[in-house]
Amino acid sequence: MRRLVPSLLLHAALVAGAALTLTPLVWMVSASFMPSGAANAVPPPFLPAHVTFRHYIELFTHLNLARTFGNSLFITVTATLASTVINAMAGYAFAKLRFGGRERLFQVLMGALVIPAQVGMMPLFLMVKGIGLVNTPWAVMIPSLASIFGIFLIRQFALAIPDDLLDAARIDGASEFEIFLRIVLPVLAPILVTLATFTFLSTWNDFMWPLIVLSDDAKYTLPVALANLSGEHVQDTELMMAGSVLTVLPVLVLFLAMQRSYIRGVMMGSVKG
Amino acid sequence: MSRTSERVQQRAAWGFLAPALILIGSFFFVPILAGLVMSFTDFDIYSIGRPDTIRFVGLSNYHQVLTSSEFWHAMRNTGFFVGVGGPLSVLTSLVAALLVNSKLARWKSFFRTVYFTPVVTTMVAVAIVWRYLLHTRYGLINAGLGALHLPAVDWLGDPHWAMPAIILLSVWKNFGYNMLIFIAGLQAIPEELYEAAELDGAGSVARFRHVTLPSLAPTFLFVGVMTMIGQFQIFAEPYVMTQGGPLRSTVTVVLLMYEQGFRWWRMGLATSMAFVLFAVTLVATAIQLRLQGGRR
Repeated sequence: MRRLVPSLLLHAALVAGAALTLTPLVWMVSASFMPSGAANAVPPPFLPAHVTFRHYIELFTHLNLARTFGNSLFITVTATLASTVINAMAGYAFAKLRFGGRERLFQVLMGALVIPAQVGMMPLFLMVKGIGLVNTPWAVMIPSLASIFGIFLIRQFALAIPDDLLDAARIDGASEFEIFLRIVLPVLAPILVTLATFTFLSTWNDFMWPLIVLSDDAKYTLPVALANLSGEHVQDTELMMAGSVLTVLPVLVLFLAMQRSYIRGVMMGSVKG
Repeated sequence: MSRTSERVQQRAAWGFLAPALILIGSFFFVPILAGLVMSFTDFDIYSIGRPDTIRFVGLSNYHQVLTSSEFWHAMRNTGFFVGVGGPLSVLTSLVAALLVNSKLARWKSFFRTVYFTPVVTTMVAVAIVWRYLLHTRYGLINAGLGALHLPAVDWLGDPHWAMPAIILLSVWKNFGYNMLIFIAGLQAIPEELYEAAELDGAGSVARFRHVTLPSLAPTFLFVGVMTMIGQFQIFAEPYVMTQGGPLRSTVTVVLLMYEQGFRWWRMGLATSMAFVLFAVTLVATAIQLRLQGGRR
């Protein structure tokens, strides 16, 4: 009984916090189903009086966002798959293979984590332009294909692989590549899933770099297209909310499906850092 | 281990590293070095077509940046965002972590997931949502203030309120991330410390002050530094919500750099801005390490 009042207060605070946190997202979904102009009323309605799907239809017909969605999906999936393999190989090598200069090289990479991407952004743009990739999905992917943080995360996890396991395979005559494929990858599977989720979310959500390298509507990713539309369609609250739902929904679904491994990854990256 | 197997392993290691190192080298390190060189040149729109006209101008870009009132205005805006938004965001994260991690709390993982959700959403999309939430007449936020008998605020139209509005959005969007890190920090505090304090007659406030807060010091340092480094790079929020307005009150350094570099193609100047911001970030990080690190 002594704990009843504190417990009630605590849960009231937790519920209030959850309501405040979710309100913007719930309103986004709700407003996307309101008839045009219905959201602009005093007092602002929280739920639609009539449900309509016309804004979603307009996104896919008139505004051609299916193509944009496809661009985002292609870029994100390709970059995620490629970067997961590339980071896994490098992270494993740093953790488990002996080679000269390993510690120094790793320290250089870790030190580079503090350098913000903007200091190289203008030359990177000119490079991408020079090799003729501007306005292509490949230009968008380039910065996500290998990540220092990803290599770090994999290395931390791979350190726990017992050397005996690898040496036994070597004695049995397995090549280093076979060892990586048959022994290391399965052990790394959980952290690979975590890293893939990280990469998917950050590539999907990325804005500044795609904004810089994409200039043609047909090539836009969803965030760039959405920012562009929001200028023209400032008055169309409900339509813009439908566009926001379309952009946020894939990452939200992925997060809810992968939340355990994702949350563990965030904690791991911080605690061991 | 034999010589040959060592050599085999060495060769395999470089093979595994090659793709990552080539990519990071050519698309991260090379551009940074090129950027450093570029910041000492007059690279502008004409240079793109005729690279032979590029000239070294010494420190003139840096001189221009450091004496430009526009740059310092953007720096002040960014500093306000970091200086007010940072502590506010860390405090919100800590409170959320303490609530979720409380022994009395039920459905912990549910609340943890809910609080974390904004972190994974797309900044551009939620910035658009917040633009409508902050609308003076039709926005839910002013409707909420009205319900509490508070006056309506012209959030995005008033130069005094636009940056606070962006801070609100950013706290909402990001507090869940640091909350997780605080939860990890709280869970690492040995239970015995609390038991010992309780035996010594410490109440819950004293336990919080003398056990929880000191034990969280390393977490505070990590969270504080990482949040600050990220916040100095704020770009998408003002780009989408205010385009830097009203009256340039939300122009941040990265937004100014983007305008100079990619709208006016003054790339030499824009790159030097990026390096100045980097230097400011490093100095601010060093100060924070000194202040917080020295406390222990």
